[in-house]
Amino acid sequence: MAEKKVILDHINDEGEQTLEVYQGHGGYKALEKAIKQMTPAQILEEVKISNLRGRGGAGFPAGVKWGFIKREALGPKYLICNADEGEPGTFKDRRVMTVKPHIVIEGIIIAAYCMGLDAGYIYIRGEFFEPYQAMDKAIDEAYAKGYLGKNILGSGFNFDLYTYLGAGAYICGDETALMNSLEGKRGMPRLKPPFPAQFGLYGKPTTVHNVETFSAVPSIIANGGKWYSDLGTSKSGGTKLFGISGHVERPGVYELNLGTPWKEFFEDIAGGVRGGKKLKAVIPGGSSTPVLLPHELEGMLLDYESIASRGSMLGTGAVIVFDETTDMVKVAWRAMKFYAHESCGQCTPCREGCDWFYDIFNRIYKGEGREEDLDKIENLSKFIGPNTICAFGDAFVTPALAFIRKFRSDFLEYIKKGKYGLKSGETSHA
Amino acid sequence: MDNMTNRTNEKTKTMNFSFNESSMNEFRRWEKKFPEDPAGRRSLVIPALWISQWQHGYISRDVINYVAEITQTEPLHVWGVATFYTLFKKEKTGKFLLQFCTNITCSLMGGDQVFVNTCKKLGVKAGETTRDGMFTAVEVECLGACGESPTLQVNEKYYTHMTDDEVEKLVADLRKMA
Ligand SMILES: Cc1cc2nc3c(=O)[nH]c(=O)nc-3n(C[C@H](O)[C@H](O)[C@H](O)COP(=O)(O)O)c2cc1C
Ligand code: FES
Repeated sequence: MAEKKVILDHINDEGEQTLEVYQGHGGYKALEKAIKQMTPAQILEEVKISNLRGRGGAGFPAGVKWGFIKREALGPKYLICNADEGEPGTFKDRRVMTVKPHIVIEGIIIAAYCMGLDAGYIYIRGEFFEPYQAMDKAIDEAYAKGYLGKNILGSGFNFDLYTYLGAGAYICGDETALMNSLEGKRGMPRLKPPFPAQFGLYGKPTTVHNVETFSAVPSIIANGGKWYSDLGTSKSGGTKLFGISGHVERPGVYELNLGTPWKEFFEDIAGGVRGGKKLKAVIPGGSSTPVLLPHELEGMLLDYESIASRGSMLGTGAVIVFDETTDMVKVAWRAMKFYAHESCGQCTPCREGCDWFYDIFNRIYKGEGREEDLDKIENLSKFIGPNTICAFGDAFVTPALAFIRKFRSDFLEYIKKGKYGLKSGETSHA
Repeated sequence: MDNMTNRTNEKTKTMNFSFNESSMNEFRRWEKKFPEDPAGRRSLVIPALWISQWQHGYISRDVINYVAEITQTEPLHVWGVATFYTLFKKEKTGKFLLQFCTNITCSLMGGDQVFVNTCKKLGVKAGETTRDGMFTAVEVECLGACGESPTLQVNEKYYTHMTDDEVEKLVADLRKMA
């Protein structure tokens, strides 16, 4: 197996971000087909058959999600494209939006047509100013062509699409925090249920997907749900974008059939560990997914089930590679520093918990760790995840546990030696 | 009631910020994106803060009051929002805001050290601005460009594969540009 470019097809071609070039490669044909030749029910059926699962991290089946929306319900219904891409290690959505914005838009319009939605927002993280401009330009082009706005392609279907610019908050990647942010509030997650399909943006039915999920839709309509499903495994349909970074020979974004063997991706496609060094560990799906050791990667396939069977998650497909020289205590410390900074502060176990976790990792890293510290983390971890509104609690607890369990001796050595992890001059990290 | 009147008076008295023409045009463009009701109006808080920051450089008290007025919300609400989001600057920074990613991948690739070294060369601590008002250096979380790490964002623009030398060149170029 090699790379399989469905979303990334033509991504390096000159001008691919323009409607003209995108269309020259068959772009917007799927939209024409969906609107002119298919009923919403037929579109939904193809998406169900495709086995497409949400690419934002949790992997919920897209067809099921679309089925939650009651087409005939009165009042406005909304669509949100989640382009907050804040999970450390993840850099796929930014690439798609910058170089192939029309595939995102085409997927969005098809989804909106299928569910009978009235307006959509692409929520782009504030740092992504360049992708934001690229999306705005592409949206203008799509309006000019009659793909957006009133009476799209003469179908009587109206749909408006807008960009929105976040302002720096990882938590706004959570779909309910995102909706609060879009409503002009602090980005704090909402209690579920009610789910967005019933009570979403402005309290109206809303469908939220990641950029990559929408980008998969045109190929499903163009080639059929079965074609897409067959690219992957029986449970994980289609292709997935993987962003690999760190100590790897050829970092970057790659598109692979789900179920591609890890070994093939890592060694043949990405070139293995940089500089011929030995592998120490891998984070498979963004910093919220537990770290895996080399022996756990043996025989692993890149799909939801295989990675889960090893106690981690496919997550966003953000693979971070650590070679033998890596100080894993420092990695864990840096990860916890991130979470301590990003908790929205709404739930006490999370707000206090992530600070407490960071305190402990920080003192260990600075050579002031105590013998009971690792047990303390184990104990604390039981009280956080189940007692919070959103998944942020789990997002730092599960990786923290994986770090201290799998690299126990490294942590103990730090604690025993009381060695100063910080080199002189690095005081700004204190 | 008395309190309210007092506050409103104070508000108008201290209102030293308002959109210039191009900011107002930008704001009008954003207005079209949301429903024409109070909830839709409130959705303009974050866009209005952005537009204010692009014009004024940071979010001052006057900006808060002005944004509250044009979005028909309370200053306290706007303040709560402005302080929640890290990209809204509560004080002036240098002309160029150097935002160094030091998250996992960028640190693996040496970005944390580049940050520390740059601070030293500029003679500032994290978050401080150089005396000439040109550069502020800060440490930020993952910028979503890990494949080309270490990553540096200067104002809106990304710079990738940053080394000490690259940053030094960039800083010199920016100085010339200014
Ligand atoms: C703390 C947190 C951060 C998240 N960040 C993102 C994100 O940056 N992008 C994203 O698409 N989904 C993110 N999610 C998941 C969203 O809540 C939501 O499940 C997703 O956008 C749905 O899209 P999908 O069906 O395409 O996966 C995050 C969830 C949590 C709890
Ligand atoms: S870790 Fe620096 S850009 Fe992602």
